[in-house]
Amino acid sequence: MIAVDAAASGLGLRPGMALAEAQALVPGLAVTPADPVAEAAGLARLAAWCLRYAPLAAPDPPDGVWIDVTGAAHLAGGEAALLADLRARLGRAGLATRAAVAETPGAAWALARFGAGDAIVVPLGEAAAALAPLPTASLRLPPDAVALLARLGVERIADLAALPRGPLARRFGAAVTRRLDQALGRAPEPIAPMRAPAALAARSDFAEPLLTADALAAAITPLTAQVCARLEAEGAGARRLDLLFERVDGAVPAIRIGTARASRAPAHLARLLCARLETIDPGLGVAALALVVAAAEPLAPAQAAVAGLTEGAGVDAGRPDLAGPPDLAGPPDLAGLVDRLANRLGTAQVWRAAPVESWVPERMARRIAPLARSVGGDWPAGLPRPARLLCPPQPIEALALLPDHPPAAFTWRRRRFRVRRADGPERIWGEWWRDDAEALAARDYWQVEDEAGRRFWLYRRGDGVAAASGDLRWFLHGMF
Amino acid sequence: MFFMLSLPSLSRLAALRAQVARLERPSAASSSDAGPAPSAAALRFGVPPIDRHLPAGGLARGALHEVAGAGTELEHGAAAALLIAGLLARAPGPVLWVLERADLFAPGLAAVGLAPGRVIYAEAGRVEAVLASLEEGLRHPGLLAGVAEVSGRLSLAATRRLHLAAEASGVTGFVLRRAWRGAAEATAGPGEPSAALTRWRVGALPSPPPFADAPDVPGLGRARWQLDLWRARGVAPASFVVEACDAKGRLRLVTVLADGSVAAEPDGSAGSGAGEPSRRAAG
Repeated sequence: MIAVDAAASGLGLRPGMALAEAQALVPGLAVTPADPVAEAAGLARLAAWCLRYAPLAAPDPPDGVWIDVTGAAHLAGGEAALLADLRARLGRAGLATRAAVAETPGAAWALARFGAGDAIVVPLGEAAAALAPLPTASLRLPPDAVALLARLGVERIADLAALPRGPLARRFGAAVTRRLDQALGRAPEPIAPMRAPAALAARSDFAEPLLTADALAAAITPLTAQVCARLEAEGAGARRLDLLFERVDGAVPAIRIGTARASRAPAHLARLLCARLETIDPGLGVAALALVVAAAEPLAPAQAAVAGLTEGAGVDAGRPDLAGPPDLAGPPDLAGLVDRLANRLGTAQVWRAAPVESWVPERMARRIAPLARSVGGDWPAGLPRPARLLCPPQPIEALALLPDHPPAAFTWRRRRFRVRRADGPERIWGEWWRDDAEALAARDYWQVEDEAGRRFWLYRRGDGVAAASGDLRWFLHGMF
Repeated sequence: MFFMLSLPSLSRLAALRAQVARLERPSAASSSDAGPAPSAAALRFGVPPIDRHLPAGGLARGALHEVAGAGTELEHGAAAALLIAGLLARAPGPVLWVLERADLFAPGLAAVGLAPGRVIYAEAGRVEAVLASLEEGLRHPGLLAGVAEVSGRLSLAATRRLHLAAEASGVTGFVLRRAWRGAAEATAGPGEPSAALTRWRVGALPSPPPFADAPDVPGLGRARWQLDLWRARGVAPASFVVEACDAKGRLRLVTVLADGSVAAEPDGSAGSGAGEPSRRAAG
């Protein structure tokens, strides 16, 4: 038996059992013949799909996929968010997965298979501590080495790491120390990346390995020009670019950038790439650079000309000798600024607010992409809405006459505020189509002013008549 | 604007100031020959005594300005945010608003006239990222203004960087000073040097009854703010009492506490004096 599903595992079946034994344990067992060739092909397809998260991904037969998220995790909102999104998508596709992020492929391999939890993120520098309690089998050692180590009482990685290296290498061969070093980041372990099929790419090899950021930046500029010329020929613009640094020691660190709008302005793309150059460790030198267009969109020629002009000006503003606003008529093009901010902060961190047709304050605004066209609609004018919305609303202590009087005073964070003037109530009903608890709920909002003139937005849960509408507790929801 | 005053010493002072301004802003030298052009070079308050008090005829564009809430309002800076939003609502162009925490409520800004389509928000988290993002914005000439909400201390070097970026592009920069709960409140204190051209404090004042002739009718009228210009390059400190931004972002002066010719007075008695006429009229 090669693999068992969750139900079979509950019945006591394990991979590695003989089929006859399993069928004796569970009569009527559903058995599907293993098809290693199809499985490998499926794994490769899965790895290609994983390229959506990072520029480097590779299948790890029989049951794993590597993704090198270095320099790409921020686009998904961080490593934990990336893992959650990855597992949610795979879960919807019917795949049960375990995932881990760690600083070395070896550590991630071990934690994904032997770690406690289904989604583990190990912060930088803590791989050794996270690996210590795991069994030695998690180091991808030959089975006989694991068995021998177990017989000697070495069961955990911590025990193995404490042994002297020389005798260890003599007794077990170089494989054990090499795997240990790879897991702890003392030895490189390049993964052979797979390329997205039919990608538009440019590559340049160097006679001498490049070491400095300046040299790399100078090499990036002609590469982007090459790629942009080819994008122009195809009438397309790049939405996502991967820059792979092929180091002399075989490792391939990479940078991924995204753009808010399809772009083929070489100066703009080069600037975005160079801004992330500091995240790359050149090691002993970079022998070749490969620039791959991971995602492209159609882009009309006229648009490209305008974008090119503004982007060029934006690049020049970085140099003091050429500083100065460009002489540009027409609406300002913010794509360049949005790209630089998203590149620095993450795509989800840059947004524009759009009105939503809802009266519940928490749902009145939603985030849309900064350059997305607003779908129209507007917030109701003339009703008080605060400048700051506290999320979640802060419980306050207040007493007020029922059903429709404002509180005379309220206490928040152990400070008492005497209400001098108030305006309200504005009743906001729950949205019954969302869920049952909200069907009858109501909030009565008051705008109040305290003795010093500070204005607050308070609400009471419940309409003061029907008990089902709320428990009459007061909350502070915002400030004016 | 100083040419309107007849005193010869003042006009000479203005000439000297213009000369200093030329020295300080080489990029604007050509335009400043014809004297300050108030409407184009400034974001106007729309309140004549305030605009008259400032050399540019309002908040100078292409410069850094600092706004903070007064006292306990430092933490949320709601009135400060509304003041900035109201000022920007009356000029055209997109705005970048950099946040440490996303507690700004877009419908509240729309209520003072700053439409949601004009504002790009960037949630940067840490102070360094906030400042770097604002600088990116200030280097982009397509923007009307960049606003950054900053908690904690702000070094002179950081503000100078921002001011230079704003000067080069003509984009107006705002730093909205905040202090998270539990942090020392003296972060934006007078001891802290800053390259900002003007530094403002916005505090709430009690508002009069909504209907002056019927004081017993409950309800709320327009809020009142005290605007303290407590530091400005080349200008004396001053305080103004205004009615808060309306739906189009306009302010309205309640009374003049101090204009260019009178030194600023402490706020206490003047603040209550502001509401005096309307209260007496209410009987």
